[in-house]
Amino acid sequence: MNAPLRRVGVVVMILFGLLFANLNWVQGYKADEYRTSDYNGRVQVAEYDRKRGNIEVGGTAVAVSKETSGNLKFLRTYPKGDAYAHVLGYQPVNLAAVGIERSENDFLAGNSDQLFGDRVKDLFTGEQTAGGNVLLSLSRTAQERAFTELANNRAGASKGAAVAIDPKTGAIQALVSMPSFDPNPLTSHSSKEAEAAYQKLEADKNGPLKNRALAETLPPGSTFKVVVAAAALENGYTKDGMIPAGPSYRAPTAGTDIRNAVPSICPESQVTLINALTESCNTGFAQIGVNLGAAKIKEKAREFGFEQENLTCGRLDEGGLPVAASRTGAMQNPDGSEDKAALAQSSIGQNNVRMTPLEGAMIAGAVANGGTQMRPYLVQKLLGPDRTTTHYTAVPRQLRESVSGQVASDLREMMTSVVQNGTGRNARISGYTVGGKTGTAESGAQVDEHGWFIGFVMKGNEPISAVAVMLESTGDGGSAEAARIAAQIMRAVIQDRGGK
Amino acid sequence: MPRVRLSRSRRNSELALLLMAMALVMAYSATVEANLFDTVTADFWVPTALLTALFLGLHLVIRFLAPYADPVLVPAVALLNGLGVAFLRRIDLAKADPEERPDFPIFAGIGGTQLTWTLIAIVLAAGLLFIIRDHRSVSRYAYTLGLAGIVLVMIPAVLPRAYSEINGAKLWILIGGFSIQPGEFAKLALLVFFAYYLVRKREVLSLASRRFLGIDFPRGRDLGPVLVVWVISVLVLIFEKDLGTSLLYFGMFVVTLYVATERVSWLIIGLVLFFGGAFLAYFLGGAFPNSPFANFYVRAEIWLNPFEDPYEKGYQLVQGLLGLGTGGLFGTGPGGGQPLKVPEVQNDFIFAGIGEEIGLFGLSALLVIYLLIVERGLRAAIAVRDSFGKLLAGGLAFTLGLQVFVIVGGISGLIPLTGQTTPFLSAGGSSLMANWLLIAFLLRVSDAARRPVTGVSPRPDNRPAGVPEQLHGAPTEVIRP
Repeated sequence: MNAPLRRVGVVVMILFGLLFANLNWVQGYKADEYRTSDYNGRVQVAEYDRKRGNIEVGGTAVAVSKETSGNLKFLRTYPKGDAYAHVLGYQPVNLAAVGIERSENDFLAGNSDQLFGDRVKDLFTGEQTAGGNVLLSLSRTAQERAFTELANNRAGASKGAAVAIDPKTGAIQALVSMPSFDPNPLTSHSSKEAEAAYQKLEADKNGPLKNRALAETLPPGSTFKVVVAAAALENGYTKDGMIPAGPSYRAPTAGTDIRNAVPSICPESQVTLINALTESCNTGFAQIGVNLGAAKIKEKAREFGFEQENLTCGRLDEGGLPVAASRTGAMQNPDGSEDKAALAQSSIGQNNVRMTPLEGAMIAGAVANGGTQMRPYLVQKLLGPDRTTTHYTAVPRQLRESVSGQVASDLREMMTSVVQNGTGRNARISGYTVGGKTGTAESGAQVDEHGWFIGFVMKGNEPISAVAVMLESTGDGGSAEAARIAAQIMRAVIQDRGGK
Repeated sequence: MPRVRLSRSRRNSELALLLMAMALVMAYSATVEANLFDTVTADFWVPTALLTALFLGLHLVIRFLAPYADPVLVPAVALLNGLGVAFLRRIDLAKADPEERPDFPIFAGIGGTQLTWTLIAIVLAAGLLFIIRDHRSVSRYAYTLGLAGIVLVMIPAVLPRAYSEINGAKLWILIGGFSIQPGEFAKLALLVFFAYYLVRKREVLSLASRRFLGIDFPRGRDLGPVLVVWVISVLVLIFEKDLGTSLLYFGMFVVTLYVATERVSWLIIGLVLFFGGAFLAYFLGGAFPNSPFANFYVRAEIWLNPFEDPYEKGYQLVQGLLGLGTGGLFGTGPGGGQPLKVPEVQNDFIFAGIGEEIGLFGLSALLVIYLLIVERGLRAAIAVRDSFGKLLAGGLAFTLGLQVFVIVGGISGLIPLTGQTTPFLSAGGSSLMANWLLIAFLLRVSDAARRPVTGVSPRPDNRPAGVPEQLHGAPTEVIRP
């Protein structure tokens, strides 16, 4: 029986040879694929061995990693809680990261190619230096003012957003979405706690995890009239020229009349363009739109940034927070001809027109900046772990030329009139030129109107800030409150700049 | 005189190897703490020291009761068992609160339980060496053991689920908080029976045949016992939902049959029957999702494509593979990985958990240790002089090797995953006790194999061996071709 026993020995060797070959396949050939697999949480956990860099605003750290005695060495914390949640995002242990934490993850974690030198140095010193630091463009005062003003708004809105940008550079000065959330429990090292916190936020019907400032679009209402006014100025209308108005207007083929918000607004058959904007005359702008045609309105909106699908807010060259595309929507009949009724509605920011708050601020910004729209950005600077090496500094970039200098100057005058004499009086700041446009937008019969304000503040010819504030489902009075909040944010920017 | 050289007991080699193995386990435990705490606690050596004391005790028992036993078996098993205890303690430490970790009690958690089980298993192994002074004496109880084996296999199948099922596998007897896996013991009992039965029948099984298609086929009536075992295996597969155990029993039987008869046709028949059964179970499982075959079908599907459903059905296998991949060639170092990401890492998936931390090189070393144990067992089988001993040791050694193949192949995606323990590493008393008994049998057979043929018996009592009757001389059937 010895011969078969020897053969059994060979069989066992072959079986073990198969195991060995297969382990080589799994741990050798496939190792990299498995190590970096999306389903593998291990690498992410290994990142907690190195101190993640700070995210800072105006010299204050708003996201820091604290050393713990646990299995994971560092706990990510957000000292300012809710106020920066939508910008910073969060970096949880087992869930997906979002916000700047996600887009700048490589740099913060110290894995970026740019930090290669630091890692080589670690090899020799034996130390685990921290990841790099991200300095944001936000104004601390403006951001926190925007957050508290939105949270304590007098219109009773529970949902809304505010964005402020520097019209000259595109630097985002404030970005708030309401309701916000506390990112701290989401980064808990107890995955059960983190998961529970996430589920609770996810189940909240007000959608606190949504970034309403960038990722949600709503009908812009009358704020869209700035775009229509720009199209008008470029097509033969002048700001002091007369346009048709009246208490009501029915577009050809339309089933219902377009009326003004109250009968006292432009009841006369003709008003000047500047007055139409100042009073927010619906009948006037509906008729301008129908006269110009859908193509011109859509084209102008595109030149202000509508329909851009690939916009992100982060570094100027790459990545960042995704921005939803604003849309003018269809204004055509099924047979392809122009739907005049839809066009009239669209011209006052209704029908299928949808806009993000960021887009609102970018429109106002282009007007304030002489017609040039800058690319918005959030990351001002990347500092190495040693805080002395700068790996990146934002160099502002022009995004597009929205309107000519002359048209911009006319629009500026018209929007200033809105704040001086019209619906935007709440936004006035003494000593500064403030322009803007309010909007009250209907989203549907059952939903209360949304209040909008887009505007800018200038010192002489120097633009300081462009702001958009949106309050969801406030009904009447929402836009006035939005204008008030916008002014508060603009004041905070001025204050942060030392009044300059 | 060359014979004297061959017959050296080599007990001092065993002692030296044992101390080396324990030094490795000690180093492993220290590395675990260094990686987990950044420091090594003052009492890190205590579990390893306790294990060392246990193994030294066994070593002393062997010096007296089996002085010529193979000197490599105990150190090799001690290394595996020691690493198992150290790894299980490492899992306890990872699960414990950070503040309590450095003071985690020696006998708490699964590591502590495993330590206790090791004590019991070694006492059992020593007891077996004490009671059974000649392996041939076991053959007297072959039929009793065979019946006991079948009963043990069948108990979980007939028990209600609440008393027999853990994680979808009906392999257990659960009474109160206590669980035993009778299949682990049945393995040994059945093997004793197979060995005895085949020694008696080997001649008729090896000689009577009909030639068909160039292969010598056995006569129908001789095929009977093979079919019975095959049916038992398939029943295990269906009712206990366990392809691994089924494969183990069947492989065990076919190999002892082959060794006994020296006829390749048995291997071919065995493989055809087994794979035929498995394919049939797969297709029946796919066609009838509510049938008992469904579980096997699901497992086969996961095996074919683990990343199809990586968060639900495939989760365990996927996390095991990702752990192995993360470990790569060198591993993350003992205590440096995250084995807790793999469900059941203390049981079925312990090889994946360890593999993440010691890498391909470490796992290869472990495989070599297993291979060493198996080949040493086969060597004892080759060297021992009686047929029963050859079949017993050969069967036991092969079974151990096959079990390692089934579970390691399962967790690394080579074959469908089945719920097997990894011998000496996995947490669990049944497995540890049964496998240490298996080693005790091998020690006993190797002692007989290496004992000098002439000269005075070194046993303290000079009684004659338990079974005077020569199995070789037992009457066999008259063969009518």
